Amino acid sequence: MASVAKIARRTFLIGAAAVAGGVAVGYWYVSRPYPNPLEGELAEGERTFNPYVKIAPDNMITVIAPRAEMGQGVSTTLAALVAEELDVELAAVRVEHGPASFAYYNAALLEEGGPFPFYDRSLMAETVRGALGGVSKVLGFQGTGGSSSTRDAFDRMRQAGAAARHVLVEAAARKLGVAASELSTANGAIEHKASGRRVTYGEVAAAAAAVDPPSTVRLKDKADWKLLGKPQPRVDMLAKVTGAPIFGIDVVLPDMLFGTVKMSPRFWAKPVKADLSKAEKMPGVVKIVPLETSYGHGFGIIAENTWAAFQAADAIEVEWDAAEYPADNAAISQALADALAAGEGSALRDDGDVDTAFADAPRERLVEASYEVPYLAHACMEPMNATARFSDGVLDVWSPNQMPTLTRYLCSEAVGIERDKVNVHTTHLGGGFGRRGEMDFSIYAALLAKEAGGRPVKVTWTREEDIRHDAYRPAAAGKFQARLGDDGLPEALEMRIASPSVIGSALRRMFPSISPLGPDRTITDGSHNQPYAIANYRVTGIAADIGVPVGFWRSVGNSYNGFFHECFMDEVATAGKIDPVELRRKLMASWPTAVKVADKAAAMAKWGEPLPAGRAKGFAFTLSFGGWVAEIVQVADTPAGIRIEKVWIAADVGTALDPGIIEAQLVSGAIFGLSAAIGQEITFSNGMVEQSNFHDFDAMRISQCPAFEIAILEKAERMGGVGEIGTPPAAPALANAVFALTGKRIRTLPLSKEVAFA
Amino acid sequence: MRLIIDGKSIEFEADPEMPLLWALRDLAGKTGPKFGCGIAACGACTVHIGGEAVRSCTLPVGQVEGEVTTIEGLAVDGKLHPVQQAWLDEQVAQCGYCQAGQIMSAAALLDVNPAPTDADIDEAMNGNLCRCGTYPRIRTAIKKAAALKTAGI
Repeated sequence: MASVAKIARRTFLIGAAAVAGGVAVGYWYVSRPYPNPLEGELAEGERTFNPYVKIAPDNMITVIAPRAEMGQGVSTTLAALVAEELDVELAAVRVEHGPASFAYYNAALLEEGGPFPFYDRSLMAETVRGALGGVSKVLGFQGTGGSSSTRDAFDRMRQAGAAARHVLVEAAARKLGVAASELSTANGAIEHKASGRRVTYGEVAAAAAAVDPPSTVRLKDKADWKLLGKPQPRVDMLAKVTGAPIFGIDVVLPDMLFGTVKMSPRFWAKPVKADLSKAEKMPGVVKIVPLETSYGHGFGIIAENTWAAFQAADAIEVEWDAAEYPADNAAISQALADALAAGEGSALRDDGDVDTAFADAPRERLVEASYEVPYLAHACMEPMNATARFSDGVLDVWSPNQMPTLTRYLCSEAVGIERDKVNVHTTHLGGGFGRRGEMDFSIYAALLAKEAGGRPVKVTWTREEDIRHDAYRPAAAGKFQARLGDDGLPEALEMRIASPSVIGSALRRMFPSISPLGPDRTITDGSHNQPYAIANYRVTGIAADIGVPVGFWRSVGNSYNGFFHECFMDEVATAGKIDPVELRRKLMASWPTAVKVADKAAAMAKWGEPLPAGRAKGFAFTLSFGGWVAEIVQVADTPAGIRIEKVWIAADVGTALDPGIIEAQLVSGAIFGLSAAIGQEITFSNGMVEQSNFHDFDAMRISQCPAFEIAILEKAERMGGVGEIGTPPAAPALANAVFALTGKRIRTLPLSKEVAFA
Repeated sequence: MRLIIDGKSIEFEADPEMPLLWALRDLAGKTGPKFGCGIAACGACTVHIGGEAVRSCTLPVGQVEGEVTTIEGLAVDGKLHPVQQAWLDEQVAQCGYCQAGQIMSAAALLDVNPAPTDADIDEAMNGNLCRCGTYPRIRTAIKKAAALKTAGI
C-alpha cells in the first residue's frame, strides 16, 4: 500500500488545478456553507429556501439543477431528486441551471482524483476521497464532468427538497393552527385531512422562508420513491423537438453583433505577418481584434452577421510562426515510443514482483504486444461559441459551458475586472463530452465584447476552427507483456503506457503560472484500477509532454486504457486457450459485481453458442467512474465490409435513478466509442491538424448503427456515474470481435486503417 | 429580400450569396435550424423548401424559390407534427442540437413514404449526424410517427 506522502504527491496535480481555481477562498472555510446565490435574483414575491429551490406566490416552483445539460439528462434527474422530497410532480417544476456560484461546488468531481480504484473502501482511500471532496467545496469548484453529477447531488439535492418541504409544512401548520404532524403533502400543496383544508406551497412560501430550516431531515426510503428509480419524461424534451432557442448559439440580445475567430493553426504560435486590410474592407465587418491568450493567438472578427464574419476570417492573410512541438504524426509517434522506452513513469498499480516474474519467463509462456491510439477531437454538434456583453464595467457571458465558476474567473482575468463583475449564464450545450470544460470560447467572446462599445457579440466558430482548435483526446502508446501459468491464466502482467498529461496540458491553458508537478493518474485510468486479481501486476504511466493541447474527452484515460487493457486481455485469453468471458470470471472472482455484469452480458448475447459463418462476437469490460460495464459486440462479414450488427451492454451503477436516461447514456457512450474506433483520428502535418470537418472527421451514421440490448443492474455497493461508462469497453469489444471474425489482431485505432466497415 | 418562412412573409436585407441558414438565424430570427458544418455534411441545418428537405447551410439565400418551413413552423395551430409527437413519446433527444434537422428530414421522408422500412430510414436519414447516438430511438420514433400520421393523429 502506498504511503501517505506518495499519495499526496500523486494527488497533487488535480489539487493544484483546484487550488488555482479558487484562489480567493481560504481552507479555513471548509465547513462553512456558501451563501445562497438565489437571494439576489428573486422575482417579486418569490422566496428561496436554499440554493436549489425557489417558490413564487402563484405556486410556480423553480428547481436549480446547477450542472450543464449536454444531453446526459442531468437537468431531469437532478430536478427529480428535489421534486421527490418536495412532493411535487416533475412536470409542475420549472428547471433552471442557475448562476455560476461556489455554492454549487461538485465534491464528487474531485473525490476520485486519488490513486485508489473505485472498489477500494479502505480507510486511506475514503480519507483521501473526503479530503479531495473538501477541496472541491472549499474552492467552490462548480463543474460537470467525471460522470459525477448525480453522485454528488444524490444526498444534497434530496436534502434540499426535504428541508424546503419541512419549513413549508411548518408554516402551513401555523397558518392553519394545527400540528405539523397532522399535515400531508402532495403535488405542491399541504393538506389537513381531518378538516379538509388545503394550502399551496406558494401561499405559505413567504411565511415558510422565515422559519428556521431543520438541522437534519429524514429522507424517504427508496421503497417510497415516486419519481426516482423510474423513467421520467425529460424536462427539456418539448423544447428540443420544437426548435426552441435554448443553446448558446441561439442567444439573441438587443443590438447584438456577431463574430468569429481565426486562431493560429499551430498551437500557441503567433502571427509573424498579418494583412488585415482586405478583410477590414469587406461589407458587414465592424472590427478585427488581435487575440493573445493562454489558449493561443489569432484574430477575432466582429461583424453585422455571422456569415460576414466567416468571410472576413477567410480573407485575413497571416503567416504563422512555426510549431514548438513535434510537427507531424511520425514525430509524435516517435516521441511516444521514446517515452515508453526511456521514461521512468509512475506505477499506480504494482502488485507482487513483476520484474522477477518476467526475469525467468520461458519464451513460450510470454505474450507481448504494442498498441497505439491517435488524438481525437470532440466534434460536438454545436460548434464552439459564446456571447458576451461588456457594459458599465460588468461582463455578462452567455456560454454553453461545463465549468461556470472557472469560466467566470478566467473571463474576469482576461478582461481585467473583478470576478464579482462577471455574470456567467450557462445555456444548454449542443454536446459537451469534456470539450466545454475549456474556457477558450468564453474568453474569446469576452475579449471581443470588450472591443464592441458595450454591444453584445455572439462569437461562433466555424466547424473548421472547432476541429482544428480542440483540447484533444491524447494520443497514447502502450507496451504490454504477460506470463502465462500452467492453467493458461496470467501469472504476471505488465503494462507501460505513454501519453501526454491531460491535467498538465489543462494547467498550461487555464493557469499558466502553475507548473505541473507529480504524476497524472488519467494516463493509466482504466488500466491500473481494474478488478482483476493477477499475482504480479504492474501498470506504469509515463507522461510524454508532446505539446499539442490535450483535454477531457468522454471517459478521459479510460477511453484508450479500456482498449489497451481489454484487447490485451483478449490476447492473453487466446494465448492461454481460455474463453475470454471465462478468463474474466476467474480473474474477477473477488469482485462479484464485475462477474455479474460479465455473466449478464454473456447470457443476453448467448455467448458461447455457435454463430453462422461470417459472424463473430467480442467481449470487453471496464470499471470507470464507478460504473461496472461489460459489452459484447457482434460483427458480420458483408460484401460492403464489416457490419456492427448488435451490441449487448450490462452495467451495474449501484442505484439507477432514471433507467430510461441511463439506457440512453449507455447506448450513447458505446456509439461514441464505436465512432472513434471505426474511423476517427486527428493527425498532424507541418504542425497543423489535417482534419477540418465531418467529411474527414466523421462519426457513426444511422446506417452503421447496430441494434442494442441493455441491462441495468443495481448490485454494486456504491452509486456509479453514467455519462461516460458506455464508452471505454466499446472499442475493445469491437476489436476483439474483428479478431474473432478475421483472425486479424488490430492494435491501433482507428480499426478502419486495417479493415473496412460497412 | 422577401421570403415566406413558416407561413409568414419576412423581409430582410442580405447578400444573395449568404447561405439561407445564416439569413434565417441572424436576419430572420429563426434560430431553430442549426449550424453544424457549413458544408452540407451533418444535416443540422435541414429545412423544407416547397416540402423538400434541403441543407440550408450551403444554399445561397438568393436562390431560394418557394416557401421555407423550419422546425419552428412544423407544428400547426399549436399541435405538434406527428414526427415531433413521436420524438416526444419516444424521448429521442439527448443534447438535442441535431434534432431539428433529424425531425425535418424524417418529416420529409414520411411525406413521400408513409411506411418506411429500416433501409428506407437509413437512406433518408444518413445525412443527419448525431454525436449523442440517438439513432436507435430515431428509428423507433420514425415508425411510430408513420403510424400516427397514417392514423391521422
